[in-house]
Amino acid sequence: MKQYFNNIFTALVTILVGMKVTLRHLFTPSVTIQYPDVKLPLPERERNRLYVNMDDCIGCDQCARACPVNCIEIETVKSVPGEDLGKTSNGKKKALWVTKFTIDFAKCCYCQLCVFPCPTECIYMTDVYEFSEYDRNNLIYNFSTLTPEERRQKLENLEIYNQEKESKKGVS
Amino acid sequence: MIYDFFYNLTGSVIISGTVVALLPLFAFILPFALFAVLLERKVAGHMQDRLGPMRVGYHGILQTVADIIKLIQKEDIIAKDNDKLFFNIAPVLTFAGSYAAFAVIPFSSIFLGADIDLGIFYVIAVTGLVVAGILMAGWASNNKYSLLGAMRSAAQIVSYEIPTILIVLSIVMLTGTMSLYDLSENQTAYFWNWNIFGGPNLDIQKFLLIPFMLIGFIIIYISTLAEVNRTPFDIPEAESELVSGYHTEYSGMKFAMFFLAEYANMFAVSAILVILFFGGYQSPLGYLGNTLNIPWLIPIEQFFWFIFKGIFFVFVQMWLRWTLPRLRVDQLMTASWKYLIPIAFVNLLIIGVISLI
Repeated sequence: MKQYFNNIFTALVTILVGMKVTLRHLFTPSVTIQYPDVKLPLPERERNRLYVNMDDCIGCDQCARACPVNCIEIETVKSVPGEDLGKTSNGKKKALWVTKFTIDFAKCCYCQLCVFPCPTECIYMTDVYEFSEYDRNNLIYNFSTLTPEERRQKLENLEIYNQEKESKKGVS
Repeated sequence: MIYDFFYNLTGSVIISGTVVALLPLFAFILPFALFAVLLERKVAGHMQDRLGPMRVGYHGILQTVADIIKLIQKEDIIAKDNDKLFFNIAPVLTFAGSYAAFAVIPFSSIFLGADIDLGIFYVIAVTGLVVAGILMAGWASNNKYSLLGAMRSAAQIVSYEIPTILIVLSIVMLTGTMSLYDLSENQTAYFWNWNIFGGPNLDIQKFLLIPFMLIGFIIIYISTLAEVNRTPFDIPEAESELVSGYHTEYSGMKFAMFFLAEYANMFAVSAILVILFFGGYQSPLGYLGNTLNIPWLIPIEQFFWFIFKGIFFVFVQMWLRWTLPRLRVDQLMTASWKYLIPIAFVNLLIIGVISLI
């Protein structure tokens, strides 16, 4: 009999205690963030989507070689004498046309190993992390500034130059 | 009464009858269901330190409207082996059961569908239809989870009717009336005249009754909570065990009718509690219409107080839902048969003895 009344008492008291807890939570500010409108601040050294500043790229291929998953593909064409490719921001002279520079973000593991070897610091991590796509091929980003026609032209230029060189050698 | 008002206005029995019958639905139940679903989601969210719906309208106030539009558009799926007839009748019956209860609930001293002398008895009888509808839905769905949910629901409602009725009986015995209108009229304005504080007569009996009224109120609150299948007593629709019980197989508008019936039931039950213990539509602090001498303001105030008290108890139901875990089946039966019913019975006897003094 004592147990019976004890049960009733415990039930009522525990319900009231629980209700007190939930009522307190009803008035505590919620921890939710309205995600697309409000975003959490990113950490200082966050690693997200890569970006390549092609004005500074000298086509040295070091980033592609450092990449553990081979997601960077670079193709370069030698410039012919007389063509001025300009200089990078830290004073290096550019000698190669970068005809292809693609990064496949479907493969990229965001390890940042490509960033450190770059001599001109032209490849770096940005703070963009929302770039999902419906098609996997859309994740292959092309950074090369040359159009396909320009690329073909550069290749032809080089070939013509090489042939001229060959013929000069033959003459002399 | 509202019927006479419309009868005098139109002079037709059919038109006034139809208007009076539909008025609670469109003036009250649908808006209430819209509001209550949003309130439930908001309360749930904030109790878990979330925000709840935030997208549609300011702080999500139009969320339920969007949900209703979605439900209307949905395909009405009927599985091949369902019992077609019962499957289609069940949601209508469930909703009819909970809606019929609103016929006798006095929202205010003039807004009352039918003032019948057996008011509370009628409510208890007609809400029994809900059990039939649920059992029918579970059986016709041809789904083991639905059937399990429906049978649990029937067992639960049958068990918990008894303490409810014992407490209702003690109130009826004390006041000597079953009419819900008379019950609310008896507990005249000002909160110390309410039944929970021993009724309107100021004598020794009033003070003796207060503790037993409190016990009675707690018991009827718990048992009605079980009758409308709300958590902690939601084993008929236990999501984690039974998918969602008897309305697993329903979609579109039929599901919406079950949903509407559930929320209409929540309010009906709270309204009965308010009428039995908390003075019905009576204001706790006297009427502004009396002090300002504007007689037409009084029914509006009464309507406001009734809705306010009803929604407060609906809020407490939600509050309990997000506080307590679900009971096991044996715990459910223990709570009813070993605790609520004996206590309610003893309470009935004690109130009977006190009312003899």
